[in-house]
Amino acid sequence: MTAISTPLPHDLPHDGHGHGDNYLTHGKGLMSWLFTLDHKRIGLMYMTVVLGAFALGGAFAVALRTHLLWPHQDLTAQQAELYNNMFTLHGAVMVFMFIIPAIPAVLGNFILPLQLGAKDVAFPRLNLLSFHIYCIGGLFFVYVLLSGVVHAATGGQVTFPGGFGLDTGWTFYAPYSTSKASGSVTAAVLGAFMLGFSSILTGLNFIATIHSLRPKGMTWFRMPLLLWSLYATSIIQILATPVLAITLLLLVAERTLGIGIFDSSLGGDPVLMQHFFWFYSHPAVYIMILPAMGVISEIITAHSRKHIFGYTFVAMSSVGIAMLSFFVWGHHMFVSGQSPMAGAIFSLLTFLVALPSAVKVFNWLGTLYKGDIHLTTPMLYVLGFLLLFSIGGLTGLPLAAINVDVHLHDTYFVIAHFHYVAMGSMLFAFLGGMYHWWPKMFGKMYNDNAGRVAAVLIFIGFNLTFFPQFIAGTHGMPRRYASYPPEFQIYHVLSTFGAYTMTTGLVIVLLNWVHSLARGKKAPANPWGANTLEWHTSSPPPHDNFKVTPEVGDPYDMSGWVYDQATEGWVLSDEPRAATSHH
Amino acid sequence: MSHATAQHHEEHSIAHPVPLWLLFAVFGALLVLTVITVAVASFDFGDLNIWVALGIAVIKVGLVALFFMHLRWDAPFNGVIMICSFLFVALFIGITILDSHEYAPNYVPPAPIVAH
Amino acid sequence: MAQLTTTPLAHPVGHDAHNGHDPHLAHHFDTMEQQYRSNKTGMWVFLATEILMFGGLFCAYSVYRHNHPEVFAFAHEALDRKWGAINTIVLITSSLTMAWAVRAAQMNQRKLLSFLLALTILGGAGFMVIKSVEYKTKWEHHLFPGRLNVYNKEYKGEAKPYADLLALKNGDEEAAMGGDEVHEAPTAAAIAVPPEYVDPNAGGPDAAKIRANFAVVPGLSDKANEHLEEHLTLSSLNDLDRSRINAFFSVYFLMTGLHGIHVLIGMGLITWLFFRSLRNEFSSKYFAPVDLVGLYWHIVDVIWIFLFPLLYLIH
Repeated sequence: MTAISTPLPHDLPHDGHGHGDNYLTHGKGLMSWLFTLDHKRIGLMYMTVVLGAFALGGAFAVALRTHLLWPHQDLTAQQAELYNNMFTLHGAVMVFMFIIPAIPAVLGNFILPLQLGAKDVAFPRLNLLSFHIYCIGGLFFVYVLLSGVVHAATGGQVTFPGGFGLDTGWTFYAPYSTSKASGSVTAAVLGAFMLGFSSILTGLNFIATIHSLRPKGMTWFRMPLLLWSLYATSIIQILATPVLAITLLLLVAERTLGIGIFDSSLGGDPVLMQHFFWFYSHPAVYIMILPAMGVISEIITAHSRKHIFGYTFVAMSSVGIAMLSFFVWGHHMFVSGQSPMAGAIFSLLTFLVALPSAVKVFNWLGTLYKGDIHLTTPMLYVLGFLLLFSIGGLTGLPLAAINVDVHLHDTYFVIAHFHYVAMGSMLFAFLGGMYHWWPKMFGKMYNDNAGRVAAVLIFIGFNLTFFPQFIAGTHGMPRRYASYPPEFQIYHVLSTFGAYTMTTGLVIVLLNWVHSLARGKKAPANPWGANTLEWHTSSPPPHDNFKVTPEVGDPYDMSGWVYDQATEGWVLSDEPRAATSHH
Repeated sequence: MSHATAQHHEEHSIAHPVPLWLLFAVFGALLVLTVITVAVASFDFGDLNIWVALGIAVIKVGLVALFFMHLRWDAPFNGVIMICSFLFVALFIGITILDSHEYAPNYVPPAPIVAH
Repeated sequence: MAQLTTTPLAHPVGHDAHNGHDPHLAHHFDTMEQQYRSNKTGMWVFLATEILMFGGLFCAYSVYRHNHPEVFAFAHEALDRKWGAINTIVLITSSLTMAWAVRAAQMNQRKLLSFLLALTILGGAGFMVIKSVEYKTKWEHHLFPGRLNVYNKEYKGEAKPYADLLALKNGDEEAAMGGDEVHEAPTAAAIAVPPEYVDPNAGGPDAAKIRANFAVVPGLSDKANEHLEEHLTLSSLNDLDRSRINAFFSVYFLMTGLHGIHVLIGMGLITWLFFRSLRNEFSSKYFAPVDLVGLYWHIVDVIWIFLFPLLYLIH
């Protein structure tokens, strides 16, 4: 392959900022970060806090799993209280502070304007506000939850101002959460309210940005698929999250004023509370997975050097999932007192919502077929995703069938199902995306071998953690239980060792990243040879994103790039682009 | 629209000033519809009562949205946003009422309220 | 709300940060038109979230009203539809002045703009004054939300539940309390199970504990619609319904309260606009803030247009 060197964007002469000035060096000091309007810096700040939330939630998961190594048939009330606080913290922190914001707020904020060839999102100040609200809400939320754990762990000796703890599970169902739950449901719920607003503002920003800041030539069907998925995610964020907001307000009013909307002892309707809660929380899980699917589309094309198979289907299925996701919330309520008629409707619609996801999986497989597959770290996460998402999605189907769900509801089967889609899929896509865009964000390469070892460890550990849980669930192991009959112990032991393996892998990932920041090789502008617009600028990008306005073409037509041995990256060739024939 | 320079035209192409007579006409219509709303409340259409009230409200909201909120001349997507949001509210309310209606007979009431 | 002020906030001034043509143009937009369109779309998306949020409250309202129409028919008598109608007209008028203000901004009619913004604020203030009058009446009659409501199970105060809310509204306190007999819950003898009712718990272990849940008071059938045009008193309601009365007031206060908060926020925003308009910041070249706040104000009006008939005009 001849190495044709074309001046890379960051080599072009520019006016006096000093060679190598990029968004990381533009403006120094803490204030220039905390009050930045630069979407890239906001993305990085989100990265720090979101990874912190993941570490917190993950630490509690490991603690829970360690507790569950033994059956604890002699569980005391205090231990049970502590356990309840811990799993609530794990779930709440993971859902509201990690899974929902991770890809949109971290990768989306960073990459979306770049993929549009734009200088920033439509409302940079709103973006910053969204981050600040996340921090304040998050601090509030974590304080309340952690204080509950400490309070329970010390047997009630240590108390905290402003209430302590939440032991309702992250779903805080009425009437327990409106009357009996110990600790400060009100405070925790207000923290979640703030986190919800952060999510709404991000979604609002993305919708406006995609509508108004697309460059000339980038019609809707020439957008990268990550943007389609972020757009679909934003639709859900806008339409669903406000319902959570009102649910939380009603919960607070119920607890403080006794308004009698959800609390049956006051004449209220607790099933209504579940309708309210799940009308948001089911679409919320698609907020979690849709961006992940977009990331997968980006990685799978770049790392198999192949045009996406069935672009239109993949794009439309994102919107289809977003729309359908609003019609299925009752499948969480089959055994809650919901009427059989509604149950039947929701069951049927839930089967339907599996279809667009399946469309995507087949299109991704079609993309891989006869592709030039490079088993890089991001690609390993994609391959893991394909298997784990398939398992997660398929195990949703028994749960959608009412007759089977009656037996599986609130068992470990459900836990395994949602961890396969939330963790096996979303986390894998998030890690893959972090690795894929790492050179772009930091201008450094990472050690690919270490990355791959970690990916394999995480994959093995993940399956060891959660696959036994499917079986435990079908055998009747209930979720949220701090003790269990001895015959279930084998599943728990396997699961816990899986968790330890996964944790090891994740620690390696962290070390891999830190090492890259400290001593990584300088990254080329385009290490993967992809054609989406973020690769048309330097790594890391300059403050204004592009020194030269990039030309918009088919985002998955990579024929215009050739490999340059000198920089170990891809550069735009001087020759005219080959006709796109990779459908 | 008296200052039709090129620069103004750029904004006025999507945000031309609404004619004053139109604003007042819409206002008048809204007042009339309010009076009708109250008047209609003294008739009984049985099950249709709420639909009549909602129907008049929808007409009023339509007038506010189209003319006061400028949707008549605005990018269609903004109208789509508004309509979609109402549709999703309707979806939420519709299915929840359907379900609560069905499970209502199973509701075991709490102990009766005693006055003192 | 972003992009509403002209001064860039801590904005790094790069070599080409502003296109130079218009100080209001943010650096990441190419033209004022693009910026304006983007701001509008952003505002509409925000309004969609408001509609969905209030939609949740409308759902709570709808569910309770659909399943217990007689409760709503009874309880809504406590609301004064005269004030509700006046408030509707006040808000519609303030929407007119707001829309007119946008037009004035677009036509460089600066003094008129300030005047109309002031009128809009007055409209909002008038609305809140009337609202406070209504709320004060409720407070005096112990009809506040939750545990402050005389119909709530956990009410700890001295007052007794009213038998006739229409009489109460008309100021006839005596008639409002009714005789002593209306305060009694229906006795077991008065509770008749309809013949076609099949008790699903019959013969089960808890049958004795679970009461028949069709408590029917003679004169009011389960499908109470045909009786709704009659004036309902407390004696018309069975005990299940009585436990729901406070739900009506909760829904009323939550809906009007949240709406009132939005009116106050709107008034604050329009006041901000007012002071900016006094400084001549708006013109035919730059009126986006007036336009966008106007949209917010109209949505507040839209929500009230739905609230008024649903809460005040129930048959």
